[in-house]
Amino acid sequence: MAAVTLLSTSGLTKQYAGLTAVNQVDFELPAGQIRALIGPNGAGKSTFVGMLSGRIESSTGQVTFDGKDITKLPAHRRISLGMAYTFQITSIFASLTVHENVALAARRASGRKVPERVKDALTRVNMADRRTHIASDLSYGHQRLLEIAMGLVQSPKLFILDEPTQGLSSSEIDAFVTLIKSIAGATTVLLIEHNMDVVMATADYITVLNFGEVLAEGTPQEIRDSAEVQAAYLGTSHA
Amino acid sequence: MKDQLLTGVFHLLIIALMAGLYFILPEYHSGVLARVMVLAVYAMGYNILFGYTGLLSLGHALFFATGMYGLGLAMQHLDVTPSIGILCGLGAAVVVSAVIGFLALRTTGVAFMIVTLMFAQAGYLIILWLGEYTRGDEGFVIQQSQRVLNGVDLSQPDNRYFAALILFAISLLLIGWVVRSGFGKTLVAIRENEERARMLGYNVHRHKWLAVIISGVLAGAAGAAYALLFGYVGATFATVQYSIFPLLYVLLGGAGTTIGPLIGTVFMYYLIDLSSQITSAYLLIAGVALILLTLFAPQGLAGELRKRVFRWLP
Repeated sequence: MAAVTLLSTSGLTKQYAGLTAVNQVDFELPAGQIRALIGPNGAGKSTFVGMLSGRIESSTGQVTFDGKDITKLPAHRRISLGMAYTFQITSIFASLTVHENVALAARRASGRKVPERVKDALTRVNMADRRTHIASDLSYGHQRLLEIAMGLVQSPKLFILDEPTQGLSSSEIDAFVTLIKSIAGATTVLLIEHNMDVVMATADYITVLNFGEVLAEGTPQEIRDSAEVQAAYLGTSHA
Repeated sequence: MKDQLLTGVFHLLIIALMAGLYFILPEYHSGVLARVMVLAVYAMGYNILFGYTGLLSLGHALFFATGMYGLGLAMQHLDVTPSIGILCGLGAAVVVSAVIGFLALRTTGVAFMIVTLMFAQAGYLIILWLGEYTRGDEGFVIQQSQRVLNGVDLSQPDNRYFAALILFAISLLLIGWVVRSGFGKTLVAIRENEERARMLGYNVHRHKWLAVIISGVLAGAAGAAYALLFGYVGATFATVQYSIFPLLYVLLGGAGTTIGPLIGTVFMYYLIDLSSQITSAYLLIAGVALILLTLFAPQGLAGELRKRVFRWLP
């Protein structure tokens, strides 16, 4: 890994009244990589990512993004440094048009050529013909894609996707995998994902969280072969 | 760009219509309309916060009264000209709305309603407490001789009508521009989904704060104009009732539409006016009409029009 580190954490911890959701996580994400973050339910994935994006305040530890210490920055400042974030539960502007949803994301990133960039982002998720639709009239799968377009249009340095394929049909998942592969290189992607087929098809590298700690890190092949990871997921004792 | 143009043309037509009405309507009704236009500006200010940003304030009477007393006290006790008085009213409204906004926006939802209500009550009590200067509930009259703005006697019905129209026109054009701007669209985004707006990188708190200030200054401008045009300053205008009025106007006319506040104000004003000619229980009639409208036109008159007929309505 000779690449520049885009995002790193050291000793990142979140405690909720005695419960340690994330414990002393040291994490490094090189620029340009597609990283999957996996782990069983309750492993602390969403909490960890929440502390990266600023939605959740960390208890202790440090977050560095693009060479800056962002630990104390509020979420909107972090986003404006070049992060984009899609929610685990689809979060869009339901009563606005598809175009306006994406335009809101585009304008914040830059006021220039907004209609062109919106059109481009919608084309990439194959929704250009739906730009005048009201977002709440879209199917669930299209709402997810819309949220992804809202991330893409910001041309983020880091794109955090929290379980993006949840609730998508298998053909939509295939399209998603193609899309993520197409933005690889230009954008660093941090993907929280339960669907192992998606993880194996897209990720360059995988981090496994369990009980709030990093259980294992490695290439998809290494993770697949790891007895520890299998134990965490299947609950079997490997010793 | 096309949107901006269409909105501008539409608003200019409304302004031309209001100007034309003066020459058509009998004097009584043009007198009513002058008052309605000033109150509509108040409602338009309220609409920026409630209709566009999604923040329900129950304390806007404080901003209305701030403008009113800012102008009134300066003219009464410091003997300033009306134009300086207007500046005093607007300046006071900027300061008060900036401070109240900063404090009240630490809360959300129901707590925001209560906090704004309490601030407005505090403002009302301060007016009573400073009775030596404000004359409390009784209020004071701004003499006709003082109400001459750059040689124009604002106590004359025609001058008064067109002064109200100018204020209304400026406010309408300003609001039309604001709600079509990136800033205004971000306010709508915050109304629709605050967390999403924040996670797109918008400084939600700052946007809300600016919305409170714009809203408060328009309310203050209406309050100052009311004092200047109708010559009376009194604590009644700081009561809860005057915080509820703009909410009703906006709800009836259509929250989140530029023209809704005017429609709602006209409607309410004439509803009370006409029903009080029929019966002393006029509030009953008003109440029934309100319930019917809320049931059958929950988005207000202009809101329903936009939904059913004119999709382009700003």
